[in-house]
Amino acid sequence: MVTLTIDGQEVEIEEGKSLIDAANKANIDIPTLCYLEGVNEPAACRICVVEIEGERNLQPACTYQVRDGLVVRSNTPEILDYRKTVLELLLSDHPFDCLTCAANLNCELQALADQFGVRQVSYQGKKNEYPVDDLSPSLVREPSKCIMCRRCINVCSKIQEVHIYDVLERGFPTVAGPAFNDSYLDTPCITCGQCILVCPTGALHGKDNKGEAWQALKDPDKHVVIQTAPAIRVTIGELFGMETGSLVTGQLVAALKRLGFDKVFDDCFGADVVVMEEGHELMERLESDQDLPQFTSCCPGWVKFCESFYPELIPNLSSCKSPQQVFGALVKTYYAQEAGIDPEDIYSVSVMPCVAKKYEAARPEMNDSGQDRDVDLNLTTRELAEMIKEAGLDLTTLEEEEYDEPMGYASGAGVIFGSTGGVCEAALRTVYEKLTGRELDKLELKEVRGKDFKEGELELDDGRTIKAAVARGTGNARRLIHRLQTGERDYDFVEVMACPNGGCVGGGGQPVYAGYDNWTRMGEAYVSRAEGLFTADRNKEHRKAHENPFVQRLYDRFLGQPHGEKSQKLLHTGYVDRKLYTYQEQAEEKKQEKKEKE
Amino acid sequence: MNQQPTETIEEIFINRGEEEQHQQLEDLLEAAEEGNLNLIAILHQAQNIFGYLPRRVQVRIAERLEIPFSKVYSVVSFYSLFSTTKRGKYTIEVCTGTACYVKGSQDILDKINDELDIEPGQTSEDDRFTLQDTRCVGACGMAPVVIIGDDVHGRVKPEQLPELLRQYE
Repeated sequence: MVTLTIDGQEVEIEEGKSLIDAANKANIDIPTLCYLEGVNEPAACRICVVEIEGERNLQPACTYQVRDGLVVRSNTPEILDYRKTVLELLLSDHPFDCLTCAANLNCELQALADQFGVRQVSYQGKKNEYPVDDLSPSLVREPSKCIMCRRCINVCSKIQEVHIYDVLERGFPTVAGPAFNDSYLDTPCITCGQCILVCPTGALHGKDNKGEAWQALKDPDKHVVIQTAPAIRVTIGELFGMETGSLVTGQLVAALKRLGFDKVFDDCFGADVVVMEEGHELMERLESDQDLPQFTSCCPGWVKFCESFYPELIPNLSSCKSPQQVFGALVKTYYAQEAGIDPEDIYSVSVMPCVAKKYEAARPEMNDSGQDRDVDLNLTTRELAEMIKEAGLDLTTLEEEEYDEPMGYASGAGVIFGSTGGVCEAALRTVYEKLTGRELDKLELKEVRGKDFKEGELELDDGRTIKAAVARGTGNARRLIHRLQTGERDYDFVEVMACPNGGCVGGGGQPVYAGYDNWTRMGEAYVSRAEGLFTADRNKEHRKAHENPFVQRLYDRFLGQPHGEKSQKLLHTGYVDRKLYTYQEQAEEKKQEKKEKE
Repeated sequence: MNQQPTETIEEIFINRGEEEQHQQLEDLLEAAEEGNLNLIAILHQAQNIFGYLPRRVQVRIAERLEIPFSKVYSVVSFYSLFSTTKRGKYTIEVCTGTACYVKGSQDILDKINDELDIEPGQTSEDDRFTLQDTRCVGACGMAPVVIIGDDVHGRVKPEQLPELLRQYE
């Protein structure tokens, strides 16, 4: 521990920390636009400068290591003046479309401009004008709003290890982006959206599909149904000022009914069906000892990661679709049949904690119900909260309501899909009971090598064991796969969630925390969000998917056997070996074509 | 989601008549793997082989060295001596440093534009010249300075340019 003084206040903090951490510990606010502890410490934004006795110049607090006896001042008029200048310089190359910007009122740059009372920008000159990339179904990139904080670069490279972004060009036109300023479509982007969560401005945001949702709700001929993913119920409350991890299932259902959705269903029911399908698939693979380990396939970010970076593992991916797509295929077949509705009239919406789900719903093969798309539209937690607010509703004051039948009741197993380890536990609850006849009390997963990933074992009666592993974040998945491929360890069942902060509870469609070190704060938030889900699980009458009476009814009346013929047609899918990059020079190619025509 | 290439990497080079250069690139990358050659040196040599660094070359380098494509492009786009567009046989560098600028380097750029119809960064129709403006080359005593290929020309007057350019075929 070292002791230092900031603004006359003594602070004690462990060695190796930076001044900005020490200040944060002492509740002294040093503003920053780039710093994320351990992830992004480039001292790029220059907003966090402080005065240190003995140093000639102002120093960035984010990279200055604490030392015993340091005397630091964080808010002298000179410092405040300097920060204001830096802000004005950043603003001098920033489009002023705040009113219509996706980050309006949740933008760190805007908040600082307000905090520092910037009412005019003294510097006028050229601005960088880059085209907007809105070709991806999931992400929108507006490079003109980039302030070069490098958060997206480092979260994508260091945490996710997907490496989409880097610093492009130099000098004035410098911008963070994919090689050749390509569209996301030409990159191996897995659409996890973690970059959206850390971007301090509106440069990166999710695709906005609220317009299509309102359009459908307006259409009297459409039967609009919505499924809510497990993780929404523990995060959407935050956007209405509730505590992190607040469980608001009943209020969420009430709000959706007020918005005009004809039926409000629980995607956890789809998760229960996934457990049945994926569980049976696993039992078949264990029996035949083929294509093991079985990897989960409910996370579209992970599926695309696997297709792009580890195509050799495609046979190991469970062929079962994700809960969203299982649900989508069933809504337009099973539900249509039960309710006596023409599937053509059904408009199927999902609300997910995720922007990759937008891409997944748009995958061309996701139309097994016989309609154009099994899931017509996907909204994120953020978009749904915006719709609820737009309609003048306050989630916190709504009376709780119940989901609709027959796809609104889920077991606890389906609910915990929203947290890391949840899918693995949910599936093994069913598999273990089917194989041993005994109930699985609790799946114990142990941390392996720090926090990289977890693993656990289940002993069966015949002496066999099921070896399970769980990874969150694709960077960690790489290390798990490395362990597997080098033969260091073998597994039977592996769950991967692309989002590192707890799986879906920390998904790319979840609330964006603007402000100081939002990465660390999201890492802390996921614990209470996951706890909310496990509480919901404990409160359920049924905690295993196969005990869910509505799942039993689905198989009795419609599907027949799990992993049977009908299931395989509707609920299972195939994967694509994706090339990482496009070689063709499109611009060059077009030029050549033009020349040839002439 | 990402568009699937229709040609293999070999076909892409062969279809452009770059079979020989492709082989040289593969040899370079193999040597690089063994000899721990750094990225900048590899890019430099690859540019010598192809004359510039098109996407196909950068992607191949990224694939073979197992480094991100974004990293390769980041380095290429940072250094002004790396080019992603085809370059002429000769590079004309017009110094626009303070001394040369005062002595009329803008007039020289204009004259070259008249003669060859190219702006800085562009290559002439006949692939003979690529024009580039450059910062101080350290020969201020000879301002304004124009470097064509490896030759340094000092105290250049715009009216001398047509004759000067004719020397480079």
